[in-house]
Amino acid sequence: MAAVMRLVNRSALSSVMGQHYAAFSSSAKLTATIVPTEAKINLIDMLSESGLPVIEATSFVSPKWVPQMADQVEVMKGISRKPGVSYPVLTPNLKGFQAAVKAGAAEVAIFGAASELFSKKNINCSVDESLQRFDEVMKAAKEAGVPVRGYVSCVVGCPYEGKVAPEKVAHVAKRLYSMGCYEISLGDTIGVGTPGSITAMLEAVSKEVPVSALAVHCHDTYGQALANILVALQMGISVIDSSVAGLGGCPYAQGASGNVATEDVVYMLHGLGIQTGVDLSKLMDAGAFICRTLNRKTSSKVAQATCKL
Amino acid sequence: IYTNLKTPLVRLESLILLEIVPTGVKIQLIDMLSGTGLSVIEATSFVSSKWVPQMADHTDVLRGIQRAPHVRYPVLTPNLQGFQDAVAAGATEVAVFGSASETFSKKNINCSIDESMLRFEEVINTAKERQIPVRGYVSCALGCPHEGDIKPSTVAKVAKRLYEMGCYEISLADTIGVGTPGSMLKMLQGVKKEVPINALAVHCHDTYGQALPNILTALQMGVCVVDSAVAGLGGCPYAQGSSGNVSTEDVLYMLHGMGIETGVNLPKVIEAGYFICNALCRNTNSKVAQAKSRTL
Repeated sequence: MAAVMRLVNRSALSSVMGQHYAAFSSSAKLTATIVPTEAKINLIDMLSESGLPVIEATSFVSPKWVPQMADQVEVMKGISRKPGVSYPVLTPNLKGFQAAVKAGAAEVAIFGAASELFSKKNINCSVDESLQRFDEVMKAAKEAGVPVRGYVSCVVGCPYEGKVAPEKVAHVAKRLYSMGCYEISLGDTIGVGTPGSITAMLEAVSKEVPVSALAVHCHDTYGQALANILVALQMGISVIDSSVAGLGGCPYAQGASGNVATEDVVYMLHGLGIQTGVDLSKLMDAGAFICRTLNRKTSSKVAQATCKL
Repeated sequence: IYTNLKTPLVRLESLILLEIVPTGVKIQLIDMLSGTGLSVIEATSFVSSKWVPQMADHTDVLRGIQRAPHVRYPVLTPNLQGFQDAVAAGATEVAVFGSASETFSKKNINCSIDESMLRFEEVINTAKERQIPVRGYVSCALGCPHEGDIKPSTVAKVAKRLYEMGCYEISLADTIGVGTPGSMLKMLQGVKKEVPINALAVHCHDTYGQALPNILTALQMGVCVVDSAVAGLGGCPYAQGSSGNVSTEDVLYMLHGMGIETGVNLPKVIEAGYFICNALCRNTNSKVAQAKSRTL
């Protein structure tokens, strides 16, 4: 198991991972209100102070599709970038990429689904076709010297297809990696994975992509996220995606719990003696702030337990 | 390696935290659980009804349930009086509760660990005479609300004492849910030096969301008995604010996903969970149950 971990905080305010923007718009609705730009900036700044090394700042989707992201440029320009921290943004296409770079983005992310049906229902094309679309982005990113992270969604289960074959996940991960993504985040989009299916999937993927270039993004819809993260750690994974306060749901199940809470992940990692560089109490402050702002209860059990004391 | 897994034990004592639950509801819940494939269902607690009025109906519950064949219905018996009442009411298995923390023991039952062991010895010896198996619990195995960290060697000492006195199984409880796979591993390494692993069980609380990874760690170390509570109801009545028991549904989902045979029908457990939550006007703590109810 790695002694040092990198935690990637997925901002629930930008997107739920792996979502193409048709799905994204429904997840954005889960947060109900348009979050004031200032609150977003404040949250990111608080997270920067907590020691997180990677904080997903925003998403360069078209504001026409997703009005909640209309302030993408303002957010990028408004945050105080801490040295040593990266602030990747999602870029679904070349236009988004160009806008992102113009706004100062130094790292971007692209997506692929491991399920054909998911891809078709979401963005109306096959997985292979969707990856071809990203070729433009990859090319432009290489020229600009901007690192690109790849996400794979539905790595153990798909809301339409059911079980997803590990080999399919490996195929998509390999594609993204050979296209030039420096890291591939494997997302259990609907949270159906268990230590059994996660292990099988990671075994297949790690045959095609080095473990050091893999990350996991586990959803907690069935309460399995931490157990799944633990087996991923045992298999050598050292990058974990999560979301402060566990905000951000699964767009396929109304009001479903989605992202695993960063606080709960950090609690587990620290209990294992793993260095994360994260100050848990500052992280909890950030979680408390955003929950107050959104008038939402935290999904983090650590935060709930600490409040009671 | 997991083929020996026994099914989770469901703790009904969780209802201690709540309002007085009608006896009929308790009986119905236990009967529903009896039909799910669970092989051990903790039915009630023979504590003094003066101290714990919610358990005053212990005799009625034990007499009222329909005992399914191949299912055991242990009851808690903190002392000899409770044991005798339990046997009179038809109990065929009992459990005693020790603590790994002196402070917890004193605050909880007003005596030291050693003194509590003497009380349990009485129960265990009497149980032996009647050939009634006794299970032992060690609370605060991964942390105490008063003392903080608890040494694995201390847990091992208490577990060993209970085992040598005659408990057939020792359930190691993370009473306030502070444990992580790190502390679980160390604690089990310590305890299994003194008690065989196949006589150990884990009882993880989910207060900090760590229950499932802790259970996974225990399974990887060879533990094959897991305590849980349907719908994750109830916590420790003596640990302020503890959110409590891990949900049987969520544990089963994980075990089945790992290919472990439990013999338990998950949809039926979910149904029992909905029943008790409706009856108590409470939301389930089980994420699996929540997820399933949304897809209905």
